[in-house]
This record gives sequence, structure tokens and C-alpha cells, in this order.
Amino acid sequence: MKHTIQALVENRFGVLARVASLFSARGYNIESLVVGETQDSTMSCMTIVVDAEDERILEQIKKQLHKLIDVITVIDFTHREYIDRDLILIKILNNGKNKTVIEKLIKKYSVKIIEKTKEVFLLEVCSNRRQEDEVLKELKSLGIKELVRTGRIAIGK
Amino acid sequence: MQGAKILIESLIREGVEVIFGYPGGSVIPLFDCLYDAPIKFILTRHEQAAAHAADGYARSTGKVGVCLSTSGPGATNLTTGIATAYMDSVPIIAITGQVKTSLIGNDAFQEADITGITRSISKYNYLVKDVKDLAYTVKEAFYLANTGRPGPIVIDLPVDVQIQEADFNYPDKIEMRSYNPICYGHPGQIKKVLKYIYKAKKPVIIAGGGILISGASNELLKFAEKAKIPVSTTLLGLGGFPSTNDLSLGMPGMHGTVYANMAITESDLLISVGSRFDDRVTGRLDAFAPEAKIIHIDIDPTSISKNIKVDVPIVGDAKNILGQLIEEIKVSKLSDLSKWHKKIKDWKKEHPLVYNKKNSGKIKPQHVIEEIYSQTKGKAIIVTEVGQNQMWASQFYKYDYPRQFLSSGGLGTMGYGFPAAIGAKIANPKREVIVIAGDGSIQMNIQELATLTTYNIKVKIIILNNSCLGMVRQWQELFYNRRYSGTPLKNPDFVKVAQGYGVKGIRVKKVSEVKGKVKEIISAKTSVLADFWIEPEENVFPMVPAGEAINRMIGGMA
Repeated sequence: MKHTIQALVENRFGVLARVASLFSARGYNIESLVVGETQDSTMSCMTIVVDAEDERILEQIKKQLHKLIDVITVIDFTHREYIDRDLILIKILNNGKNKTVIEKLIKKYSVKIIEKTKEVFLLEVCSNRRQEDEVLKELKSLGIKELVRTGRIAIGK
Repeated sequence: MQGAKILIESLIREGVEVIFGYPGGSVIPLFDCLYDAPIKFILTRHEQAAAHAADGYARSTGKVGVCLSTSGPGATNLTTGIATAYMDSVPIIAITGQVKTSLIGNDAFQEADITGITRSISKYNYLVKDVKDLAYTVKEAFYLANTGRPGPIVIDLPVDVQIQEADFNYPDKIEMRSYNPICYGHPGQIKKVLKYIYKAKKPVIIAGGGILISGASNELLKFAEKAKIPVSTTLLGLGGFPSTNDLSLGMPGMHGTVYANMAITESDLLISVGSRFDDRVTGRLDAFAPEAKIIHIDIDPTSISKNIKVDVPIVGDAKNILGQLIEEIKVSKLSDLSKWHKKIKDWKKEHPLVYNKKNSGKIKPQHVIEEIYSQTKGKAIIVTEVGQNQMWASQFYKYDYPRQFLSSGGLGTMGYGFPAAIGAKIANPKREVIVIAGDGSIQMNIQELATLTTYNIKVKIIILNNSCLGMVRQWQELFYNRRYSGTPLKNPDFVKVAQGYGVKGIRVKKVSEVKGKVKEIISAKTSVLADFWIEPEENVFPMVPAGEAINRMIGGMA
């Protein structure tokens, strides 16, 4: 099961390494980890998405996270109401068929064409977890040339 | 004021009396300041020993121990000591020199990324890149080291920061929004615990190192006596509850007493205080206290429900929580425990802690420990190495006082005991400090004999010499068909080695000499290294094979 965990941390060097090593030391792969400053520049917010099979290990990791000296609070959004976003940049081959599909997607989802060259459309997709699968499925069928993403951020309701 | 001076001044403000360490290129400015500072400097002959000595100082007093090394190899040599302190929650500060800030990351001479290396073996670490942060860093480091669950803190200090100038303002106190250890137990949880205690007919307390760290041994004694609950003390908890008390069950687990393991297995309520259900204590998890409700009192929430699922967790300081329990417990509500006490008494009678005393002509290590116990009247500080020597020392010396037994429990570091004893002796110059070592482990830091001579430190070293790495040999004997791979030792003449360093050396080979020689060692006014040639194939019993249920013990059932 995917868990979205958020940690408010002191904005110091070394914090990212401490958090990352908590996961890596237990052989946990992090799906995404996003760090950014908050409204208070002395504090950063880390949003971590992990796929945890063993809930007990995850519980341990959350406690360990909280135990880290630089971590101020830890929230697991899994059983809470929250809003999440992931920004994806995608290059899709520029042809007539693709254009029609993309235009349909633009109407339905938060998808934008940022740039168009002779070869490709450069799309920006801003999605939450639910929509992400649908949009990506459609786009994959068109043949994705390149895809980069920011990783998920989340905020409680 | 220069960075080096700021550091030393800060240490003085923290009440540091002694630093154990070793100089090198990246800490010359620091050593220059130390030259006329009112802090004693003890030069060990290896940085690892400096870290263990700081650890021994800390464990025997509860104060923060300090060690110091240069960058690169000096710093990496400290790491075994840092990891040892981390596993056993010992407050030490390790100060390491670092190459110039402009060279960090350039593979400079004697450069090692020590903050990276120690990240997972220290409670916290700092790389101080600006001299203006130094005083605050030291204050925070001491605060972190010795509050909550204590642990080692590393301060990495580049050599250029040591000579930069800043005003010296030492902060009065530290406030951290991200670090606020919980001290008192939640009142609701305390009430819940009492309900379980009132219902229990077969309760047992497991007391760990947390009792000593929080200074809770008086409270533990009072609570156990008030509630009439038997107490088993883990290796690190030894001395936290008087071993000679009727309620004492001795150690649980792999080399624990039969009666402690039987009592835990049959108990209906297990109260763990300041212990973390280490695998050497629990054995096979699904067979550990299968009938018991589990109450876990610990200052570290991550220890709770880590190995054993807990029914009532209480996060907080052991001393405070036991105090809360003593205050609220109503003796009239306790169940009748007389049957339970009778059962335990019978177990103790049927399966006492024993060894084969039949005279084989060879000295029995247990006999040596018993003799030391009786001749020191149970009052010495005993520091062990790791292996069979450690287990015999934990079984056959009866510890009644907190902080009188020092041993590397979690990490199991051979080479810990001797340097730790040096730290303990410096902290407790009037106490008798005795190292119980094996012929293997003593050689891991034997160079510290030079430190004894240099500073005239009076430590007594007992080598239980069986010419092999005894604990591994024991496992090979029992589980690997006596294939003694890598365990036989060809030893030097320890008496001559001692003499070469200017330490008195004694050899003891005959059973009949044990009493007299122990007397000679204890009454000596100098350091002594005594080489006891013991029964080479003596085993530590009872023993729970690794991964087996703790009531499935082999040996020691005589």
C-alpha cells in the first residue's frame, strides 16, 4: 500500500541524508521524496511516498523519523483527508492523431501544452494520485518520448 | 576569541574534567589550547581506546564523557567506540578535527566524511563550518547527549575554524522545537498499568539499562517490594536492582538464570522498564512470555512494539514513572502472589546458577569471579570485555549497586573493557576497578598498558586465559561439530608484555593459588595484569541456543 508521509524538518544541511538513510538502511525504496521550504524559511517540508508492504515496519520508520533530532512533526496522510499534486513534464510525438487525444485530455484534466515543436508537444500534467493513472494511461498509448516529474506534495484539508 | 579556545571554554562551562584523545595534524590548535587549560588530558595509544575510555567515564558516573581525535584515520578509529556508546545509550561527545573547510570534499590529506560515516551510529552530529556557531553547538551537543535516551554526539571541527575569531557567548539554555523528550508517564496509562498489576497472579519485571541511566534503582526497589514483583535485570541493567535481594531473578535470556527464564515464560504480566527486548533477551519471539500481558516503560517510543507487541506502552523517564506507580499503587488491591513466590523459590532451589566444581586440576573461571566477588565484598567496579569472560562476570559476581558493572551489551565490542576501565578509574579514583578479560579481547587494546603507566592509573586486569576465542569456540563445540575454525589463539607471554609496559604481571596456573593470588591482586597498590590459565573447554551455561525459546536451555540444569 502506498503511504504519503510528511515531515516538517529543520532547514539544515544533512537532514535529507538522515531521512533518506532511515529508509535505505531498511531496504525501503522511496517512490518519491520532495523537499522545499515552507512559509517559515527555517523549516522545510518533506513529502515522502513509499510503498509499504509490512505496516509494522512502516510504523517503526515513522517513529524513527520522529526520533530524528531535526524532525519537528510527522504526518501519515494515508488515513486522512488531503490534497496532493505531482507535476509531470512529458514529450509526445507531434502528429495529428496525438493532437486530437491531447485536446480531449486538456478539457478533462489539468493538462497544458507548454511548447510545440515540429517533432513534439511538451505537456505539463498537474495531477493528483487518482487522475494520474488515467492521464498517464492515455498518454502512454500515444508513445511517451520523455517524462520527468517533481514527485508528490501534499497538504492536509 | 579563537575557535579552539571557544571549544575549550565551552567544555569547561559544561564541567568537563577530563578528555581522552590523540593528537594529529587537524587538531594542533586545539591541543595548543589544551596545553594550559584546567582540563586533564589523557593520551590513549589508540583513538578507539579514547572513545571507550570516555564511555567508561560516562557509564560509571552518568556524566558526559569526552574524546578527541584528529581528522581522517583518527576519526575513523573512534567509530567503534561511538557505535558501542550508541547501542548502549551512553552519553559521550566525540570531537574530531577536520581538514580546512575549503578542502572538504577534495580528498585532502587525512580527510574522511566523519559526519556521513557516523550518521547511523550517533544520536546526532555536527560539522561546524562557522566559528560563530561553535559555542551554541557545544551547548546543544551536551544537552542532546545526556537527555532523553542518551547517546554519542560527534562534533567535527575543521582546522581553520579552530583558528578563526568570534566573540564568546555561551548560551544559558537550549530550546529545540524538534526535540522534547517526554519525561512523565501519561496518567491514564499509569492507571491502566495498575489495573493489570492488581489482576496479575504471576507478574515479572524486566529491568534494563534505562534504570541506571535515569537513576531509578531506588524507585525500582521500592516499587518491586511494594508490589512484591520479582525482578530480572538484563546485562545492562545489572546493579539496577540488588542481585542479593530475594526478589531478584538474575539475568534473563541467552545466558540468564533458569529461574528468570522460567518465570518470564510462565508469567501473566511482564513489566519491562528501560529495556528494549533485545533478541539475546527474548530468544524465539513467539515463545517469549506467551501468556503475559506486556507493559513497556521506555523513554524511546521507537523501542516500544519494535520486537514484542505491547499491551500498555508508557513513554517517559523510568524514575518518574516508577515514582508515579509507587504513589498510586494500593497494596490492598494486589492479588495474592504467595503461590508465585513459592514457585520461583522452588525453581531457584532446583536450578541454581552453578558450575562443575569437580577438580580437574584446571582453574575454573567462575571460581575466579566468585573469589573476586568475595574479596572485594561486592563493591568493585567490574568492567568486562566481550565473550565468555563477560558472561561469567555477569553471572558470578553479584551486583548490588548501580553503575558498578560496565560492559558492551548491544554492540558486543571486544576491546571495550580495558580502556573503559581506564575511564571508570579516572572518574572513580577511590573505587577498585577490575577488568575481566579474555585472552582474545585483551589483545584488542592491550597497548593501553602504556596509558596506565604514563598516568599511574591503578586498574586490575584479570585475563581468563583459555588460549582461544572461547564464546565462538563454545558455539563451534555445540553446534558445529567441534570444528574449531579460527578460534585457537597462540598468545604472547602476557606477564612479559605487562612487564614490558611497566605493569606488574602475575601468572596463575594452579587452583590452589586462586585465593591467594586474587588477594595479592586486590591488595596491590599498583596496576596488575593477572593471567589466569583456565579450563580451556569450559562453557557458559545455562545457554539458550540462538533463536530458541528461552525456556529451552541447555546446561546448567544440574
